[in-house]
Amino acid sequence: MLPVLAAPAWMLAVVFVPLAAALLCFLLPRRAVILGLVAAVLTAAVTFALTLEVAAAGTAHTLLGGWAAPLGILWRADGLSAALLAMTALVGVTVSLYAAAYFRDDAHARVFFWPLWLLLWTALNALYLSADLFNLYVTLELLGFAAVSLTALGGGAAALTGAIRYLLVSVLGSLSYLLGVALLYHSCGSVDIGLVAACIPDAPRPASQVAAAAMMAGLILKTALFPFHFWLPPAHGSAPAPVSAVLSALVVKASFYLLLRLWLDVLGGGGRWAAELLGLLGVAAVLWGSVLALRQERLKLLIAYSTVAQIGYLFLALPLAVAGGAAAWTGALYLALAHGLAKAAMFLSAGNLLRFGGHDRIAELDSAVHRLPLTLTAFALAGVSIMGLPPSGGFIGKWLLLKAAFAQGRFGLVVVILLGGVLAAAYVFKVVGHAFTPAARERRLRTVPPGMEWSALLLAAAAIVLGLTLPLISPLLQVGAAPAAMATAFAAWSAA
Amino acid sequence: MTQAVFWALIGMALVVLGLYALIVHAHLLRKVLALNIMSSGVFLVFIGLARRTPDADAPMAADPVPQAMVLTGIVVAVAATGLALALIVRLRALTGRTTLGDDMGD
Amino acid sequence: MSAQRATPRHGGGGVQAPAGAARPVPADTALPRAARVLLALVLLAVFGGLALAVLALAQPAPGLAAAVAGRIDDSGVSHPVTAVLLNFRGYDTLLELVVLVLALVGTWSVGRARGCAGNAPGPLLRQLPRLLAPLMVLVAGYLLWAGAHAPGGAFQAGSLLGGVGILLCLSGQPLPGWAQALVLRLAVVLGVAVFAALGAAAALLPGGAPLDWPPAQAKTLILTIELAAMLSIGVVLAALFAGGRP
Repeated sequence: MLPVLAAPAWMLAVVFVPLAAALLCFLLPRRAVILGLVAAVLTAAVTFALTLEVAAAGTAHTLLGGWAAPLGILWRADGLSAALLAMTALVGVTVSLYAAAYFRDDAHARVFFWPLWLLLWTALNALYLSADLFNLYVTLELLGFAAVSLTALGGGAAALTGAIRYLLVSVLGSLSYLLGVALLYHSCGSVDIGLVAACIPDAPRPASQVAAAAMMAGLILKTALFPFHFWLPPAHGSAPAPVSAVLSALVVKASFYLLLRLWLDVLGGGGRWAAELLGLLGVAAVLWGSVLALRQERLKLLIAYSTVAQIGYLFLALPLAVAGGAAAWTGALYLALAHGLAKAAMFLSAGNLLRFGGHDRIAELDSAVHRLPLTLTAFALAGVSIMGLPPSGGFIGKWLLLKAAFAQGRFGLVVVILLGGVLAAAYVFKVVGHAFTPAARERRLRTVPPGMEWSALLLAAAAIVLGLTLPLISPLLQVGAAPAAMATAFAAWSAA
Repeated sequence: MTQAVFWALIGMALVVLGLYALIVHAHLLRKVLALNIMSSGVFLVFIGLARRTPDADAPMAADPVPQAMVLTGIVVAVAATGLALALIVRLRALTGRTTLGDDMGD
Repeated sequence: MSAQRATPRHGGGGVQAPAGAARPVPADTALPRAARVLLALVLLAVFGGLALAVLALAQPAPGLAAAVAGRIDDSGVSHPVTAVLLNFRGYDTLLELVVLVLALVGTWSVGRARGCAGNAPGPLLRQLPRLLAPLMVLVAGYLLWAGAHAPGGAFQAGSLLGGVGILLCLSGQPLPGWAQALVLRLAVVLGVAVFAALGAAAALLPGGAPLDWPPAQAKTLILTIELAAMLSIGVVLAALFAGGRP
């Protein structure tokens, strides 16, 4: 490796490569597909390089503009950032391959998908690198606008309505977050995460608490935690398949990541009652989302409600994590990563089934297994991870949560974690079962390009393999985490 | 009450009023206007409190960093409004509706 | 619009106006009265919390005014807000330009522009641009230059340029021939492209960082970026007004 290509160079490339490519795709719409594919591979490559660099050499920093905080903006890549960047890259490059085939016959969508998707990827990478609360607001808005525009790419009234509702919710969430940033800036005289964290204990009250509440509320809205999930199924269910995959797998994770970042790095990991409240909403989301998923008649809506349920798990982990420490945090992150891979695989599979049969009515998916064996395998493998069966990534995440719940005697949470798995099994088998029934009548069917089938399978396989890589990923997640600060904060809170 | 606090309180009132209008009104144009009022409120809080510098009455003595951030925020709000209006116009052309419809009870 | 309003239309949730009312106001809400009152009370409580937060911040605080003043000589400009926007927190500004471009790409992906040629202006609106447009461009140029030491800068200047575009559109001017396809797209991305290219190049200098302007060249670099940004902002705002792809 060249000496000049240290971590800061990789960080620069991780943001600027997809940005430059997005501009090029916009300038040269006729070359958008090939430019986009090259950019996707390049972006993934530099992201993996950065991840390896962080795993090997620890947390990396860049002072943007050469100015240190509080005057300047910092990029900071620790283990948490690197893990999410890598997940984004893996999903991103696979979805790009899928989209090249998916939009082949749709000139309009093809031209606009690439700049919008590459800008969305830029926003995600910029968000994971930023260590500046105001800059994070700008990246959140960038992410939201890209996601909304991509949702509308479906074109119909349903997609437009979903996109508009999504935009209103997204802007509302960002404004709530920004209000918190304004109060924190005026409490601490900085928006740098490190400096604000240091100032929080002595910050004027209740300004800092109101700020934290406003930021959390905005991010919860954007993450679609029950009961703020109402906007997610219409948007994710009506977007084109590769867009749904990106929205469910990546976009909701970004606001969850930011919420964790605030919780751990800014607010010190405490907040027992807030964690209990969010945990309770998480429990409701797991049950409500799963039951509604089970009741859906359209495949994409089923998958979207499954996302509502899986987001519930991430929040259900909060009370366990605040009380019990690192294992539950790792569990929640593992679930986030596994859900990213598995849910993308599911939406891509759904896109294949939709392309194949011209509809996504679950009851009429008969005999799909004979025609699209790879797609069905991908869906079932992704389902294994969503259910939380070994050896998948979803299993590791749930297992870590279960261990923490048992250790803390939270048997109610144990029941919910297991029940969510059973319900997930029910809705996954509902789909797979219908796909195995013999066809009632012959229909006119379209062929599905092999690239679209293999992309879905690749992501599903990755969700399974993720479960076997705990020894590799667990240390990565610890890079740059503040275990000492976390432990003392937990001790203080559990003593209180 | 100092000037800074006065303007920040007005800003907070705008935020809450905007939120009320956003939830209550069904017409999408009104919802977009409500969001714009909310963002004006947030900006007013942000920039109003920047005049708490000790010699705030001197020219250019207010903290410049929130001013720059609010300028960024305004541009973002303009972009959001433009995108929202384009989507709404398209929805109206396609369906004749200017509301989200009753399907979700937002 | 007012003509439409004058003829009452009922149905679709509309409420019939009492006799003698100037015009019927459609009930633009799906919420029953009780829910609205409850919502108002909840939001009043929220306002109480927000007001307490503001009151907790009543005492004077220095913020970053002193920090900005301390380093402004290295920033290349003498106006503190411009120094923050283009130097200390230039990265925010870069992303904000990206947000503008993104909003335009999103708008273009939704539908076609109505076009300006169809506007039929009255005599005033037909004459006004001849008078105003050159003046507005001149003022935009001044604002851009003044931004280095006084209130002003790329955004103010860019909005004025956008205003020129909107005025020309309203007065029925068709888009000039050069402003089609590639040239228009180039103008849209120019600001981000110049900013990002210079920002990345700055990282290649020995000891440099992304967007790290050497103090000696800072003024030139900032003016270059602002010039490009002003053009792009003006074009994007006017194009957003047009409401769709050309």
